[in-house]
Amino acid sequence: MAYEPSLTKYVGEPNSYTLDFYLKHQRGYEGLRKALTVKPDDIIEQVKASGLRGRGGAGFPTGMKWQFVLKETPKPRYICCNADESEPGTFKDHVLMERNPHLLIEGCAISCYAIGAKVAYIYIRGEFHHVQEILEAEIEKAYRAGYLGRNVLGGGFDCDVYVHRGAGAYEAGEETALIESLEGKRAQPRIKPPFPASAGLYQCPTAVNNVETLCNVPLIVLNGPEWFVGIGPEKNGGPKLFCVSGHVKKPGVYEASMHTTLRELIYGHAGGMLDDRPLKAMIPGGSSVPLLLPDQLDTPVSFDHIQKAGSLLGSAGLIVLDDTVCMVWLAMNLLHFYRHESCGKCTPCREGCDWLFKLLARLEAGEGRSKDLDLLSGVSNNIIGKTLCAFGDAAATPVLSTMKLFRGEYEAHVREGRCTLPAGWRATHPTLVAH
Amino acid sequence: MSFHPPMEYAPTRFHKSERELAEPGGGFTYTPENQAKFDANVKRYPADQRKSAILYALYLAQNQQGYLTAAAMRHVAQQIGCTAAEVEDVVSYYTMFFTKPVGTYVLNVCRTLSCALRGAERVTEELIATLGIKPGETDPTGTFTLLEVECLGACDRAPVVMVNDDWHERLDPDQVRVLVDAIRARGRAAFSGCHLHKEKM
Ligand SMILES: Cc1cc2nc3c(=O)[nH]c(=O)nc-3n(C[C@H](O)[C@H](O)[C@H](O)COP(=O)(O)O)c2cc1C
Ligand code: FES
Repeated sequence: MAYEPSLTKYVGEPNSYTLDFYLKHQRGYEGLRKALTVKPDDIIEQVKASGLRGRGGAGFPTGMKWQFVLKETPKPRYICCNADESEPGTFKDHVLMERNPHLLIEGCAISCYAIGAKVAYIYIRGEFHHVQEILEAEIEKAYRAGYLGRNVLGGGFDCDVYVHRGAGAYEAGEETALIESLEGKRAQPRIKPPFPASAGLYQCPTAVNNVETLCNVPLIVLNGPEWFVGIGPEKNGGPKLFCVSGHVKKPGVYEASMHTTLRELIYGHAGGMLDDRPLKAMIPGGSSVPLLLPDQLDTPVSFDHIQKAGSLLGSAGLIVLDDTVCMVWLAMNLLHFYRHESCGKCTPCREGCDWLFKLLARLEAGEGRSKDLDLLSGVSNNIIGKTLCAFGDAAATPVLSTMKLFRGEYEAHVREGRCTLPAGWRATHPTLVAH
Repeated sequence: MSFHPPMEYAPTRFHKSERELAEPGGGFTYTPENQAKFDANVKRYPADQRKSAILYALYLAQNQQGYLTAAAMRHVAQQIGCTAAEVEDVVSYYTMFFTKPVGTYVLNVCRTLSCALRGAERVTEELIATLGIKPGETDPTGTFTLLEVECLGACDRAPVVMVNDDWHERLDPDQVRVLVDAIRARGRAAFSGCHLHKEKM
């Protein structure tokens, strides 16, 4: 049975981002109209019944998250849409916001109605300036058409949606750090509990949801939870966006069900390996998750299957690596990222990432010692589980995973005193670009 | 009466901090247009949460004079109703704020995994050779600043170079050289922008 895309069906059409197009082709704002005829709790029940799991990284059930949002309080409630999209290898929310912004706007409005919020803030990363321009222009149109603002569609419900621009920080994607940043502070995570559901933005009950998660909400309301459950394996229902990058012929965002296998994504959707080289390994969920090997190609890309295979679906950013990739170099490249992005709040992460990078850079330069391998796992294990947010685990994972699967390459670097796999696409003078 | 010998407070030789102080800068106030923009933006947040507008306020100041000086940060502090130290705390955290002058065109080369796999390191090397500056530096004429940045969220179009706020995608070393020449000749008109963006035309 051919899969029928519902999130990105029209993204290639020239005017897909306009309100007119959305109303004409995507039954635009019918979901909102329908939602306003039932009680907010019914919406939460529908989302729960659909089994929708968060698309931002953790895969937590969205309906449950909304149910936790405190009701017995005089304080206002908030929706924060996480449009920070900074996990290396992830670029799906960008497409949704730029080519189908009204789906997100409608999703924000329905979600506000469901949890009893009047305001949704879309926290967009600073580098998405051109996306923000489109999104804000379309929000303006939604206001003028009566889908936002006072007394939405005459249903007595008030809803404001604002875009808030970040300024360059991966950590701002972590939900409590996002809230801190939205409050005008450094994007550093909070100690949990309290969770955002009871004390989030301005210490008010808050739900933080990813862009793709919120885009699924109008579809659930419109087509019913059964439709959603019917797409994909048990507990992994609904349409899903996959970001394929790295050594493939056609990198891009592909919508599919979670029945799809890694093999179908790489050799089907993405057109196969670049220059038909052999596949060496895959990172299935953004840079923060363990690697998978070619013999796992037939794993379906669902939260549960990927987890069973020993990794995580995370943000569904599939990075494909061919046989030219040196795994020590790969770990060094990613630790450069984590070292740079560590917010500095927890000592194990702030100091540990720096040391991991230095050790890896020394190994890659051919000056590593055999003791360094133990040191690498020692430092990594002293970061994992010892930080306030999941950043620490994310940073140590590329090191531990490559060491586990490709230990021979690490040993060869020490033994031969050089990088044993210098690919043609890398720098000719590594020192110039190493730091 | 004190028996202590007179003590020098905070003499410079005891000042060990490596912290670089912001450039003082001349008197700074928003242009009337920027003031109006700020006043409109701050209304998006509850009246007692003006600090939420701080990133927006800083972008306005940075766009007005190219980078942030101590005077600009003080002005932002006044607008927000917080201390200048709180503003500096925020400025020093986020990578998109500059506290030193930068070139007219800031070339941000993505260096993270997916871009590196498709040749970003070679792109950086080409820019180093073409511009005669290293990452983090500005050329003597103040035209270009070269920066290496982390994943821009466009890994399918690797390697990506963001010039100011505009994206340039799927570049190879030859193309960046052409891009630099084109910017030298035609300025902003040479920007190509995000490919998704173009499809809407
Ligand atoms: C270091 C770190 C970075 C994160 N970055 C993002 C991000 O860029 N976008 C996102 O949606 N979620 C990100 N998350 C996950 C969020 O914390 C949160 O789980 C998510 O926004 C919840 O939304 P969801 O339930 O809809 O997935 C990040 C988490 C961590 C620990
Ligand atoms: S790695 Fe360059 S955009 Fe993601």
